[in-house]
Amino acid sequence: MNKILKHLGKYLLMLNKVFSFPEKRTIFLKQLNLEFKKIGLDSIGIVTIISFFIGAVVSIQTAYNFESPLYPKYLIGFATRESLLLEFCPTMLSLILAGKIGSNIASEIGSMRVSEQIDALEIMGVNSASFLILPKIIASLLFFPCLIILSISIGLIGGWVGCQNTGITTASYLYGIKFDFNPFYITYCLIKTTVFAFIISSVSSYFGYYTKGGALEVGASSTRAVVYSSIFILLFNFLLTDLLLA
Amino acid sequence: MIEIKNICKSFSEKLVLDNVSFNFKRGKTNLIIGESGSGKTTLLRSLIGLNSIDDGEVLFDGRDFHKLKIKEKRKLRQEIGMLFQKGALYDYMTVQDNILFPLTMFTEFSIEEKINRVNECLKRVNLENCNHLLPSELSGGMTKRVSIARAIVMKPKYLLCDEPNSGLDPKTAILIDNLIQEITEENNITTIVNTHDMNSVMEIGESIAYLHKGKLCWQGTKDDLINSQNKELNNFVFASKLFKRLKKS
Ligand SMILES: Nc1ncnc2c1ncn2[C@@H]1O[C@H](COP(=O)(O)OP(=O)(O)O)[C@@H](O)[C@H]1O
Ligand SMILES: [Mg+2]
Repeated sequence: MNKILKHLGKYLLMLNKVFSFPEKRTIFLKQLNLEFKKIGLDSIGIVTIISFFIGAVVSIQTAYNFESPLYPKYLIGFATRESLLLEFCPTMLSLILAGKIGSNIASEIGSMRVSEQIDALEIMGVNSASFLILPKIIASLLFFPCLIILSISIGLIGGWVGCQNTGITTASYLYGIKFDFNPFYITYCLIKTTVFAFIISSVSSYFGYYTKGGALEVGASSTRAVVYSSIFILLFNFLLTDLLLA
Repeated sequence: MIEIKNICKSFSEKLVLDNVSFNFKRGKTNLIIGESGSGKTTLLRSLIGLNSIDDGEVLFDGRDFHKLKIKEKRKLRQEIGMLFQKGALYDYMTVQDNILFPLTMFTEFSIEEKINRVNECLKRVNLENCNHLLPSELSGGMTKRVSIARAIVMKPKYLLCDEPNSGLDPKTAILIDNLIQEITEENNITTIVNTHDMNSVMEIGESIAYLHKGKLCWQGTKDDLINSQNKELNNFVFASKLFKRLKKS
């Protein structure tokens, strides 16, 4: 318990250091640009592939469960949309991105720590936490929602491809994905995504920033970053769903 | 001048610096020598707050570093250049961007002025035409030179070097030592160099502090060192056969 509080305190102190005004705007924007590429653009490929297949599988499974002629076929489209929007895209994709981006952030910052590059920044009088971490957090907060919207769209296309063999027509699939649409679900999905983006970028930065030792510890930090980001994603998923939908 | 007074530091029960006091003089290359693990790196890092200290004062020309507010600390740090043991170049930036970085961060010079300054510094450390290499493409000696160039680009008043010639062949090591000494004298910098290398002690040791198990055991110049009767110091200095033989002759 003591240890948890210590980590929490250190984490909050770090955030306090991170959220200070950038010293030089041009340098900050340059860093932000780099992070957009690393965190955002480089994830588009994996997001596309995963979303497509998840969408396809979800629609096939739904179709399989709705075999009875009592159910109208468009329900397949409807159910696919609901599961993608509510859970698969925001949560599952965030878990996958925690693996990709979280380990990347933690190992990058961790190896800068053990090779004394962070000390070199500090010694120049740079606020190293803000310089390194703020662009990562901002880039994640801005780009994650875009990735998730992309993911939902690709997922729906995947769903359409997936149910080609199940006898449902394109028209009724399209009718299904528009059926009884609640726009609040989009808000809910984006709120969740934004929170997850903050968790992944800040928790992973935390483990990277406080790495001690050598190459071995960089590996350990990056594992810890993924594990704890995932745990917090699941925890906050539960809390937010309870708050927003119940 | 950097004065340290009664510095104590321990890492979880283990006392690493035990009441160390010393004056590092301006315009001189002040050496801290001692065996590996004697606390040299810890002392250097404690001076500028990369480690906290448990007790004592560090005065940079009268300013007590550990009593300053965080913003003032950052300001003071802009007057300090530091050379890290592993170089600590930013590995995703080219040589030129590494040296440009502090200029871009803290000055309003135009881009030509900045590039000129970078080239001046690179020339000073005898490295030309490698502006666009990445740190991973440099040899050990080149890495040290680039770090020196980066450390002096802001014209610091204080220069701290942690084992600047570790991992270099004896000839390159002496070149680097001499370079640090020349730069120190040219710009009247207060320089502190950590080393366990007796060659560099004999080359540039004008003011030497000997650290043994966290205590300041001895201080003096290289001539005092040869004739010293201090037992620990003699064990350290004359550890190698070469130096033992020199002492006899
Ligand atoms: N961050 C740290 N945590 C715990 N112990 C440390 C730390 N840094 C240094 N030490 C210990 O302090 C002692 C002195 O280390 P150091 O200052 O690196 O010696 P030197 O640079 O003279 O070789 C060593 O015994 C080392 O184990
Ligand atoms: Mg050392």
